[in-house]
Amino acid sequence: MTTNNADTTEQISTDVVVIGAGPCGLFAVFELGLLDLKCHVIDILDRPGGQCAELYPEKPIYDVPALPVVTGQELTDRLMEQIKPFGPQFHFSERIDEIARLADGSFRLVSDQGTVFLTKVVVIAAGGGSFTPKRPPLDGIEGYEGTSVFYSVRRIESMRGRDIVVIGGGDSALDWTLNLQPVAKSLTLIHRRDDFRAAPHSVEKMRALVAEGKVRLAIGQVTALQGDGKNLQSVTLKTADGEETLVANGLLPFFGLTMKLGPVANWGLNLNENLIHVDTERFETSEKGIFAIGDINWYPGKLKLILSGFHEAALMAQAANRIVFPDKKVMFQYTTSSSSLQKKLGVR
Amino acid sequence: MAKITFIQPDGTSQTVTADIGLTVMEAAKLNNVEGIEAECGGACACATCHVYVDDAWRAASGKPTDMEEDMLDFAFDVRESSRLSCQMKITAALDGLVVRVPAKQF
Repeated sequence: MTTNNADTTEQISTDVVVIGAGPCGLFAVFELGLLDLKCHVIDILDRPGGQCAELYPEKPIYDVPALPVVTGQELTDRLMEQIKPFGPQFHFSERIDEIARLADGSFRLVSDQGTVFLTKVVVIAAGGGSFTPKRPPLDGIEGYEGTSVFYSVRRIESMRGRDIVVIGGGDSALDWTLNLQPVAKSLTLIHRRDDFRAAPHSVEKMRALVAEGKVRLAIGQVTALQGDGKNLQSVTLKTADGEETLVANGLLPFFGLTMKLGPVANWGLNLNENLIHVDTERFETSEKGIFAIGDINWYPGKLKLILSGFHEAALMAQAANRIVFPDKKVMFQYTTSSSSLQKKLGVR
Repeated sequence: MAKITFIQPDGTSQTVTADIGLTVMEAAKLNNVEGIEAECGGACACATCHVYVDDAWRAASGKPTDMEEDMLDFAFDVRESSRLSCQMKITAALDGLVVRVPAKQF
């Protein structure tokens, strides 16, 4: 398997684009692969697993058939192994922003990185939606986003000479503290406690910079922002000693990720309470050729279980097959006995 | 059964009864208590079931574990009395527990 890190002009043709590399998206690759459909899989996270990887990699799951207990990470690893024979192409840290139908009924998808996908079938397996950085509930923060408030930094140079405040105690907060300190006019790291979840060597480096007077570490919380509504001038820092105003024109808050439906909402699909309506024969949306499986879909009796998503993937694959290969004679086969399926799986 | 009182930021309160052994988050969800989102479903993975334990109940309800303390980093306006309600098991000793729901859960 390979990972494509797209440049802006890349154009990819494929049978199926799977949006979301969680368990259902991964298993969809398996079911589609058995039917000879080639997949590209896109995920906003930098690794496969979706919620299993992001929310509970080490936590046990007890309701996957035949696995009395499995962690989110183990389940992901096993699925990755299971789909290996089908050579899916992964596009991590990327999000599909646009879907347009072409004259022949196929689709043109564009990612936030500018990658263009031409595909006959789209499978939305986006779970609870895109993982997006949590926005601290500070009054007026939206107005400062992009000018003074950032949840990631694409160009370190853009932060040069700024009075920077980083909030958080994990790897993102520590990494950006270390990366931005050399270009910042001043850098303050704010965390609610003097205990960090980040890699020990990052914490050591940060503490060394604090000892040298190059970084200020403040134990407390940011409670308010001040500025003209677009350009931040200062933040209110609340510590055990009271409140102070801290000059800042760059604020990077790291409070983890949350799931937002994101661009899916704009694709003209039949939605209800942020879930995509599908039928229970093909798990197809209101748009022919666009399917939705796993936590993101809804139908009468829907249960948000991994095993339900697996079932949905299998039925979806049959319908996708009829779209990609309308003339192919379909014969249902079992992996246990079919020599052609075993050949595809590389076990024969 | 144990009684648990949830106090909203505006001062309104709701007392629910819940089985011993459930979590405070589950008691809230079962009774549609507002402001307890529990996005991750109780896996101690999101911090959207954040509550403030009433001072009188701090000793009885104990301290957060390291994992919970780590996850509280993702909550907003964390205080000494902060807990994630999905990590608070209801015991007979917590019958009468009072918790406050934060103004913002994110």
